[in-house]
Amino acid sequence: MKLILTGGRVVDPSLNIDAVLDISIEDGKIAGIGPDIPKEPAKSRKGMQTNVKTIHLGGMIVVPGLIDMHVHLREPGFEYKETIETGSRAAAAGGFTSVACMPNTNPVNDSRSITEFIKKKAALCGLVNVYPIAAVSIGSAGTNLTDFRDLRDAGAVGFSDDGKPVANSALMRRALEYASSISLPVISHCEDTLLSAGGVMNEGFAATELGLQGIPAIAEDVMTVRDIMIAAYTGAAVHIAHVSTAGSVDIIREAKKRGIRVTAETAPHYFTLTEESLREYDTFYKVNPPLRTKEDVAAVKEGLRDDTIDVIASDHAPHAATDKEVEFDLASSGMVGLETSLALSLSLVSDGVLTLPQLIQKMSAWPAKVLNIPKGTLRIGADADITVIDTKKTWTVDRMQFRSRSRNSPFHGRQMTGRAILTIKGGKITYSDNQDNT
Amino acid sequence: MKLAKKDLLGIQDLSVEEINLILDTAESFIEVSTREIKKVPTLRGKTIINLFLEASTRTRTSFEIAGKRLSADTINISSSTSSIVKGETLIDTAKNLEAMNPDVVVIRHSAAGAPHILAKAVKQAVINAGDGSHEHPTQALLDLMTIRSKKGKIDGLKVAICGDIAHSRVARSNIYALTKMGASVAVAGPATMMPRYIERMGVQAYSKLEEAIIDADIVMMLRIQLERQNEHIFPSLREYATYFGLNRKNISLAKKDVLVMHPGPVNRGVELAPDIADAPFSVILDQVTNGVAVRMALLYLLTGGN
Repeated sequence: MKLILTGGRVVDPSLNIDAVLDISIEDGKIAGIGPDIPKEPAKSRKGMQTNVKTIHLGGMIVVPGLIDMHVHLREPGFEYKETIETGSRAAAAGGFTSVACMPNTNPVNDSRSITEFIKKKAALCGLVNVYPIAAVSIGSAGTNLTDFRDLRDAGAVGFSDDGKPVANSALMRRALEYASSISLPVISHCEDTLLSAGGVMNEGFAATELGLQGIPAIAEDVMTVRDIMIAAYTGAAVHIAHVSTAGSVDIIREAKKRGIRVTAETAPHYFTLTEESLREYDTFYKVNPPLRTKEDVAAVKEGLRDDTIDVIASDHAPHAATDKEVEFDLASSGMVGLETSLALSLSLVSDGVLTLPQLIQKMSAWPAKVLNIPKGTLRIGADADITVIDTKKTWTVDRMQFRSRSRNSPFHGRQMTGRAILTIKGGKITYSDNQDNT
Repeated sequence: MKLAKKDLLGIQDLSVEEINLILDTAESFIEVSTREIKKVPTLRGKTIINLFLEASTRTRTSFEIAGKRLSADTINISSSTSSIVKGETLIDTAKNLEAMNPDVVVIRHSAAGAPHILAKAVKQAVINAGDGSHEHPTQALLDLMTIRSKKGKIDGLKVAICGDIAHSRVARSNIYALTKMGASVAVAGPATMMPRYIERMGVQAYSKLEEAIIDADIVMMLRIQLERQNEHIFPSLREYATYFGLNRKNISLAKKDVLVMHPGPVNRGVELAPDIADAPFSVILDQVTNGVAVRMALLYLLTGGN
C-alpha cells in the first residue's frame, strides 16, 4: 500500500521546509518528499495497477503528526472519565498522532506493569502513539523514587508526579540527577501546595469579589524557581509543565539566558482565558494551575513568541459530569483539550503571535525533543505520522460531538477557525473528516 | 410594585431602586412583629424551604419567623455537612425539593456560588442566606435598614468595616450595598485578612483599626472565626483583641453619634469589648429585629408581592 499526499503546503520546521510539496508513504514510513513525485498510479509489468491511493490536498497545510505531551487518559482506574481508547479517538480527531499520558491513574503509573499495560492497550487501539510518563515517586507520594531505569525499559519517556507535585526538594534534586543520567526528562507541575492550600481559582480581584479561596501566582513561581535552581546546580534538565504566570515566564526566560537546561510548556487555556471567566461559578473553568489575569495571558503569549515556552500541550483532563456538576469548591480541576487545542493554538498565528512554522514546531518537533522520541519530522525513513490542517475551516465546538468520554470543555459553543481534517499515524489514516478517505 | 427578579443571590445584582423597594417594604412589615397576634395572611398557602447546609441559628430562625408571620408554611432542612458528603449532589437535592413544589428555597451553604447552582436548577425563587465567603445579601439589607432608620439616610455616611474582610460574606455584601447607596466605606484589618485588590471594590483599606474609624458614622465589627488561626492569619486572640478589638478608647475617634454594628454572634472580649457590645450606641439587637422584617419583605416580593 502506497499513499501519496499531493498539492498541500508542507510545513516541517524540523527540516526547515515550508513549500507546496508531495509526500509519498510506503510501509508506514515517509518514502519521499518533493515536488515531483508521480501523481498517477504506476503500472506494474503485467499492466495491473499497484495499490496506490492519492489524496489531493490543495490549500491544506501538511505537517508532522502533532504531539500533545501532557494528557490524562485516566486508564487504569478512572475509566468513567476516559479510557485509552476514547482518549486516542479524541487525540486523532484533534490532529494528534502522539500523546504522553500522566501517571495519576489508579493505581498510579509507578511500575513496569502499569506502563506496559498502558502501552499494550494503546497499541491494541492503534489510533495514536501513547508515551507513558511514569511517576517520580512511588504512589506519587513524594517519598521514594520509582525505578526510573526499569520504567524506561518498559516504555516510559519521562517522569512526573504532576498534580501531586514533589514538595521534598531533596527528592526533586535526586530525581533530576537520576533522570538526566538516563536522558529522560522530569516534568514538573510547579505548585507549592501549602501556598495554594484550599485555593480553587487565581488569587486576584475576581476571587476577592467571588469570595472563592485564591491560589496565588507565587505558589507556582516559587517552585519554578526551586526547580530551576536545582537544575542549575546539578546540571540536570527540567521541563516546567503548564506555565500560567507572568512570573514563571520571566524566571524561565532568565534561566534560559543563563544556559540552564530548562524547557517549558503551556496550555491553550492559559493564553486564551482569564480569571474573569469564573464569574458565573462555572466549574468547567476550574483548572489547576488556575486561569490567571490578562497580564499573565499576555506574558504567556510573549513567552511563546520568544521561545521561552517551547511547547504547547493541552493538559487534557477529562472529568465526568458527576465530578463537575457540584459546588465550585468541590468540583474537580481540569478541562478536556485534545479536540480544541489545535484550533485555539492556530489563533496565535492569526493574531500574529507566532508564525505557522513556529506553532507547528511547538506542537511537533519540540515536544519530540523534550521527550527524546523519534517523532515530529517528515524526514525520509521516519514513521509516517502526518497531520493535515485546514486553517480556514470554521466550526463551532459542540461538546456532545467529542470523541472523548468526557464533555468538560469551557469552549462549548465557541466559534473556531482551523482544524485537522486528516490524521495519519504510521501511514494509516486515524481520522478524516472526509468519509472517502477512511 | 414587585421585584423583577426570580432570585436574590447577591447585592451585587441589585439596583438602588430595588434596594429601596426592599427597604420600604421591610419598614411596612416592622409593625406586624409588634402586634399581639403576630401574623398576617399574606403568604397563606405558600411553602418556603429553608435549606441550611451550614450551621446557623440566627439567620435560619429569622427566616423561619419571617415566613410564619406571613402565614407561609416553612420547612427547615439543616445539615452541617454538604449534600455531597451524604452522597447526593446539590443539584439532586434541588431537583427533589423542586418536585415538592415549594415557592421559595432559602439556602445557606459553605461553598461560594452554591445558591447560583441551585437557582439554575430550580424554577422556584432562591434566596441566598449566605454562601461561603461570597455574599450574605439579607444581612446587608437589614444593616442598611438599621442605618437608614437610625440615621435617616445612608448617602454620605462614613462606614468602617473591621475584621477578617477576606473571609467575610457580610463584608462583601455590605461593601456592595453601602457603596451603591452612596456611603463611603473604609475597611480595616491585618494585611493577612485583606483580600487582594479590595480597593477596586470602591473602599479605602487600612491596616490600623484607628485609621478606619476616625470620624466614622457607623463602625461595623466582623466576627473573628477562631478556627482561622490555623491559617496563620492572626497570631493569637490576645494580640487580635488588643490591636483590632473595638473598645472605649478607640471608639472615641469616631463621630460622637456613632453606631456600632455586628452581624453576630459576637465574640465578647475579642472583636468587641463587652461594654461596647452593651453600650447605648450599639444597635446589634435592632439589626436582629430588622432582619425579620427584611426577610418578610423579600419573601413577599419574590412570591409575587400582591
